[in-house]
Amino acid sequence: MSEFKKPTSEQEFEENFSQIKPLMNDTEAYIESSRCLFCFDAPCQQACPTGIDIPLFIRQINSTDYTGSARTIYSANFFGNACGKVCPTEVLCEGACVYTEQNVLPVEIGRLQNYVSTQAINEDKKLFEVGKSNGKKVAIIGSGPAGISCACELRLLGYEVDIYEAKHRPSGLTVHGVAPYKITNEEVLREMEYLQRQFGYEVKYNSPIKYAADLQKLEKEYEAIFIGIGLGSTSSLNIKGESLDNCIGATELIEKLRMQHHNLVVGKNVVVLGAGNTAMDAASESARMGAEKVSLAYRGAKESIRAYEFEYDLAKNVGVNGVFNVSPLEIIGDDKVAGVKFIRTKTDNGQLIQVEGSEFILACDMVIRATGQSKQVELLEQIEGLELDSLNRISVDAQTYQTSNAKYFAAGDAVNGGKEVVNAAADGKQAARGIDTYLS
Amino acid sequence: MPDISANLAGIKSPNPFWLASAPPTNSGYQVMKAFDAGWGGAVWKTLGVPVVNVSSRYGGVNYRNNRLIGLNNIELITDRPLADNLREIEEVKKYFPDHAVIASLMVESRAEWHQIVKDVQNAGADGIELNFGCPHGMCERGMGSAVGQEPEVLKTIVGWVKEVSTVPVIVKLTPNISDITEPAIAAGEGGGDAISLINTIQSLAGVDIDNFVPYPIVDGKSSNGGYCGPAVKPIALNMLKNCAQHPNVNLPISGIGGIENWRDAVEYILLGATNVQVCAAVMHFGFGIIREMIPGLTNYMADKGFKNLAEMRGLALANVTDWENLNLNYKVIAEIEESKCIGCQLCYIACEDGAHQAIEVSEKNGLRIPKIIEDNCVGCNLCAIVCPVEECITMVRKDDGKQVVTWRDRTEADNVPTTFNDELAGGIGHWVPDPKDALKK
Repeated sequence: MSEFKKPTSEQEFEENFSQIKPLMNDTEAYIESSRCLFCFDAPCQQACPTGIDIPLFIRQINSTDYTGSARTIYSANFFGNACGKVCPTEVLCEGACVYTEQNVLPVEIGRLQNYVSTQAINEDKKLFEVGKSNGKKVAIIGSGPAGISCACELRLLGYEVDIYEAKHRPSGLTVHGVAPYKITNEEVLREMEYLQRQFGYEVKYNSPIKYAADLQKLEKEYEAIFIGIGLGSTSSLNIKGESLDNCIGATELIEKLRMQHHNLVVGKNVVVLGAGNTAMDAASESARMGAEKVSLAYRGAKESIRAYEFEYDLAKNVGVNGVFNVSPLEIIGDDKVAGVKFIRTKTDNGQLIQVEGSEFILACDMVIRATGQSKQVELLEQIEGLELDSLNRISVDAQTYQTSNAKYFAAGDAVNGGKEVVNAAADGKQAARGIDTYLS
Repeated sequence: MPDISANLAGIKSPNPFWLASAPPTNSGYQVMKAFDAGWGGAVWKTLGVPVVNVSSRYGGVNYRNNRLIGLNNIELITDRPLADNLREIEEVKKYFPDHAVIASLMVESRAEWHQIVKDVQNAGADGIELNFGCPHGMCERGMGSAVGQEPEVLKTIVGWVKEVSTVPVIVKLTPNISDITEPAIAAGEGGGDAISLINTIQSLAGVDIDNFVPYPIVDGKSSNGGYCGPAVKPIALNMLKNCAQHPNVNLPISGIGGIENWRDAVEYILLGATNVQVCAAVMHFGFGIIREMIPGLTNYMADKGFKNLAEMRGLALANVTDWENLNLNYKVIAEIEESKCIGCQLCYIACEDGAHQAIEVSEKNGLRIPKIIEDNCVGCNLCAIVCPVEECITMVRKDDGKQVVTWRDRTEADNVPTTFNDELAGGIGHWVPDPKDALKK
């Protein structure tokens, strides 16, 4: 018996995808903010990639200085609202809360952050003044967390900023790639509108930068260019049957779910290949879309999955069944997926090896590949002198985020290979400082 | 089973827990309900010429999300006719003959005092409490704390009451005075049988910072009220001690101020109270808190081997002395139990900014463990009391305990600093960082 029925109305969809970190009410926020110990040199702040002064913003909530609190958050992280909901707080700020040392529940930092930043957005609170114009222009490719954060910081420093976005809306994977039970589209986009109103950068939608000519134009018009393009589509497994109907990449599935969930039909019996955080999301989402059986297949051992423990727990809680030490050999079916042929694996001398003769077929009617996203090498190769590392990530200076082509800077998934929204937000902001140093 | 019955100047009650004269004792209904719940006695809401009250009446003082660590009120004495109260006192006594019903009284003239004392005695009151403490409203009319602040007037009025009283007379004192032992002594000189303390402390509960009016607000204005609740307990305990230790205050004491559980009551008794009175905690949580107080006190007495309240009364008094008698040779130093440290660094910053820069923080296996710099530690306790973990920081004795030297001893030996730059200053030789080092942090 599956946990969720296939949603047939907007209301049923919302019920199946109800927020796991719902907005706090005033009482919750007051009681929760009262619990903070105001640690000195606090571990939560140290665990935050953007270094938000967490004890301070919580203390400001407690004394009802909501403007001050929101400013504390946003001056460190322009994705303050989204990060409150989508950050893996369990392994960041909340995981570092000293209460956990006493087996006491940590302060719900993420929800407090979301609470007070939501107020700022609702009231369209103006927290920042953009810097006096210095007459210089910077182009940003990609309006994801890295690009937007870079843009906001550049505006504070007095730059004109144009963002070139291939899609028709901003925030990148925040709206296209995060599981809907973590944050709603409306919440993401409202923060983006709030930021744009306040910082006044330009976003050119449906404006992909693809060709050498596009790049040359940017190079001519702008003093510096920031690359915040993230990653591409789901990587191929290079096995037979990947092009069958109902075999889909996890990134593509999640995007479809977020953009047009009415048109998304998941199978009754779904197999997810992979065991990273995206695999957990895809598995959990399939269950919430009404799949009767969802199996998550991973070639390594259970202990070696890349997903955070709480993400695996989330998936398990909606009925996802983990199958470990199985490596996919082929996706079976005529035109449509009918099953996956696996071979069992084991660890021998620290090496994962296949167990001869252990092939078996797991029947299913949908396969979701959650095996990582590819790099957008085609574009990057057209930038003169741009160095990539062995994994095709853009090589940058660790302090300034400047690439090997002095005019280009980069941050976010295209540099780190795929991390959290909060990492991209932190690095994009930092890169703006690097650009400023370069141009002044 | 220890005997927890109490006897204050002849007023007996099955346990030492009384309701103080206040809103919870405004009516026979409330007092009956309280006795039924287990309370041992009740001091009736002060009787006199009935008043007219305002709305609103209370201001709350919270600490973060903890409500009512302090409660401020501007309600006056009873606004109900005396006859109604007398009838209800009589009825309560009929149902609860073994419980203590004390009539709190506040009137002006000698004739009024005589009349009302006789009235409440006729109604069956086991005792009388003279309200010389109320610090708001009534004092403007020459009653309440206006009397408690004038020992001579207080003595005179106690005398008037004693002229006609046949039951024990308790004199309730105001803390709004420099030295509470003065009215306490006057109470005895006037013939009073017991004292009760403290009444509320003059206060403003806070200010509405949007409308610029203190709380509680009455049509855009406020007035000073009387402060009670857990926050006043330390003030009350000190006044209790002052009275209990004073050689000329020879009256039994009913302790009042911030009591809300058995532990509070034990502290009062150890400092010399014969029984205790409770108000704010009941206004906050209802009469049901008595269910925690009685077994708590009983279990404590059983654990300690006390057979009755008299055996424990005043046991802490011998250990409160003047500062000049404290041992200057006694030396404790903080000790941190590393395994219990949760890494909040509150001890570090408290010592660094608020005390003597005697804690340093070092990294150890990724954990930030504070470490005491023994030479700098003055043994002040601050780190131990800010630490959120029980028993993580303890104060450990470092002197040999062989010699006691007090300020008094040193004064008598002419061995104390007397000039501004005296070489006998206690801080000489104690390391302090260079002022400029502050800017490097």
